[in-house]
Amino acid sequence: MHIDLFDQYRHAHSPVHALDPRAKLTAALLFILAAALTPDGAWLAFAALGALWLAVALVSDVSLALLLRRGLVALPFALAAVTVLFTLPGWPLLVIPLPLSDGHLVISDNGAIRFLTIMLKSWLSVLMALLLTATTTFPDTLRSLRGIGVPRVIVGVLAFMYRYIFVLGDEVLRLLRAREARMAAGPPGLARRSGGSIVWRARVVGAMVGSLFVRSLDRSDRVYNAMISRGYSGELLWLDKPTLRAADVAWTGAFVLVLVLIELWARLL
Amino acid sequence: MLFSELAAPFLAPDALHIPDGFLSAAVAVAMWIVTAAFIAVAVRRASREFDDRLAPLMGVLAAFIFAAQAFNFPVAGGTSGHFLGGALAAILLGPWAALLVMSAVIGLQALVFQDGGLLAMGANIFVMGIVTVWVGYFVYQALTRFNRFLAAFAAGWLSVLVAAVVTAFLLAFSGTASLNVVLTAMATIHAVIGLGEGLITAGAVALVAAALPGRFDQQVAARKTDRGTWVAGGVVLALLIGVTAVFFASPHPDGLERVAEDTGFLHTAQAPLFNIAPDYVVPGLSNESLAGVLAVVLGILLLFAVGYGIARALSRRSHRQAEGARPEPAGKGS
Amino acid sequence: MTEINGHEPVLHVHDLCYTYPDGRQALNGVTMHVDHGEKVALVGPNGAGKSTLMLHFNGILKGSAGRVRVDGMDLVKENLGVIRAKVGLVFQNPDDQLFSTTVFEDVAFGPLHMGYDRQEVQRRVEDALARVGIGGFAARMPHHLSVGERKRVAMATVLAMDPSILVLDEPTAGLDPRGRRSLINLLRGLDATMLVSTHDMALVAELFPRTIVLDGGRVVADGLTAEIMADQRLLEEHGLEAP
Repeated sequence: MHIDLFDQYRHAHSPVHALDPRAKLTAALLFILAAALTPDGAWLAFAALGALWLAVALVSDVSLALLLRRGLVALPFALAAVTVLFTLPGWPLLVIPLPLSDGHLVISDNGAIRFLTIMLKSWLSVLMALLLTATTTFPDTLRSLRGIGVPRVIVGVLAFMYRYIFVLGDEVLRLLRAREARMAAGPPGLARRSGGSIVWRARVVGAMVGSLFVRSLDRSDRVYNAMISRGYSGELLWLDKPTLRAADVAWTGAFVLVLVLIELWARLL
Repeated sequence: MLFSELAAPFLAPDALHIPDGFLSAAVAVAMWIVTAAFIAVAVRRASREFDDRLAPLMGVLAAFIFAAQAFNFPVAGGTSGHFLGGALAAILLGPWAALLVMSAVIGLQALVFQDGGLLAMGANIFVMGIVTVWVGYFVYQALTRFNRFLAAFAAGWLSVLVAAVVTAFLLAFSGTASLNVVLTAMATIHAVIGLGEGLITAGAVALVAAALPGRFDQQVAARKTDRGTWVAGGVVLALLIGVTAVFFASPHPDGLERVAEDTGFLHTAQAPLFNIAPDYVVPGLSNESLAGVLAVVLGILLLFAVGYGIARALSRRSHRQAEGARPEPAGKGS
Repeated sequence: MTEINGHEPVLHVHDLCYTYPDGRQALNGVTMHVDHGEKVALVGPNGAGKSTLMLHFNGILKGSAGRVRVDGMDLVKENLGVIRAKVGLVFQNPDDQLFSTTVFEDVAFGPLHMGYDRQEVQRRVEDALARVGIGGFAARMPHHLSVGERKRVAMATVLAMDPSILVLDEPTAGLDPRGRRSLINLLRGLDATMLVSTHDMALVAELFPRTIVLDGGRVVADGLTAEIMADQRLLEEHGLEAP
């Protein structure tokens, strides 16, 4: 039994893969910030951001189909924004009569613009985050976090966490399978429904979570022992990558310049 | 009316992981500032408490919360209750360590699985790593003298409920959703989902208390809520009240979308380039509400800094008194 | 100086006692030593105290009485850093031993904490991985390796620190026959002083000239493996079986 939380990294030898992870992380964050700052209804600006993403994605040698498909992960959240369709004042675009009452819902033009804008922002941001993960290994991401000044302790916590989600994930799978193997139905004719009450089921899960916690505590003790027996004395050390190359700075600078131009243009439109 | 459609995403496990795009830049950045301040304090306090064990312990426990979130249990109609873990972490580890653990979980989910946005991460940590943790912690501490399991249940349930309400406010503040609809939907649905959180939290606390009787009771009993924790709890409360007040104090009865409409939210596309005129400070949020957010955030941070300073001064004095009173101060202070 | 056979042993344990915080007596006056170049097996039933004893060799646990000396150094706070480099402790479960995100980082952990510079760390990592026969694995993640490969990496993590003695806890546990065989070949080929705790009596008979039997927190036999394996009464008394 082996959990493999679909590692999103896609190995290739592209210029995007080769870019310094710090530069990549910074560029991706600025792209997402730019998307968030783009005004409602600035469709051309969104198209430009999309084109910029597409250009990087094509250079990166990662399957576009894969990125676009995974890019839909945030889609269900769209329903949270659905209300703006009806609540923003504006010209009515569409009137939907409500069944079982005299009322109706009105979709306004402003509402539609806002809704589409939110969806575009969300989609572009997810696509960029995906591209970052697909071209950067997690150890490199950790390196980039150290590089942009995230405290070492936090990076250390993330590193240990990443290592042990797989180990503990396997334990969870085993526990769940053990539960499933014993979730049998009672003999026919038994008055009670099998499976127990919701409260009982939840408490079973609670007990599993509790025992996983106890095991995790023990595990952290053993890990700590393994660390101190190899000389750990409180400071986490890594071999860090050398300084940024000129090419990293140049490419990131160009990318950011394009972002700034897009944002300026969006306000001149 | 719209409830069944609205319900769907909120029943998903990620209902509280806000993706990028759904928060305005100003709200997202403001939440990052508040969250970063909390994390900075948490790193210092947890480092003091756990010393060189901090990174492996928090790392493995973050993996534990992450793995525990995979547990689900069938509720009804094909939906299942999922586990968030903030309240449990707060009960077992205390609020500051729990905040670090939850931040790592949320950070990894965003960085590796695109579960929750990167710009929105500050807000997500605030909701799931600060609000759930402090609500869970205080509810448990307040009720545990009556009944430990009831206290754990209430802590789990309320932590999810309050987190959902905060999420609704953040979305409404960003002009992404209409407050009354999203608030009603989030609160109703999470009042139900929270029951699962409460039951799992209670079950887990029961097992840990039984498996590690000495360790659990000692740790929880020894964890006196010190001033820093109270101050932080006060900050969370003040922030919640402040945001609500700004919201409702807005002169426009039908909420932010009206504010937005009136002040040019929707006309920014035609607005001149970075107009410094009073109407537009940051594109994407009107001057008025931006001022509101900034005022609240700055006020809270100031309050936090002052309160923290006072708390530290006081605890240092009480230390000195304690040391003066006893020849050998036993155990850790504060 | 406590010299045995006229020279200082790599590992010398004298009358060591240890009681768990819950009051259980785990070690009850253990006395033993390992000389340079020896390959010694440590056997005994579950709960005999083998793992507890091993945790004393580099000061993770501190006995309530008795002493432990490594390369002539007492196990005291000032020596801990040096002793931890000299005693290469490999834990039973490689998932506890390998806590980093990549194989490279894990093998580099020890050398980095010993204070070596970048080139030296890199050299030691490559060298250690080559010695356990998985030279190309540096960039892999521990999670993606088989149990046997993880055990090899775990051994590389301490070999990179160039220890005076290799202390292995249950190296063949959980391996399939092929994995076990390849690990035995690896152990046979390693030119290092070794103390190995195990339940695998066939492994003991094959690789280790000398065996120490631990039971009830004390050494009940210490001698040539062939003689111990032939002593049916001793084996039965301590829940062991000759292969």
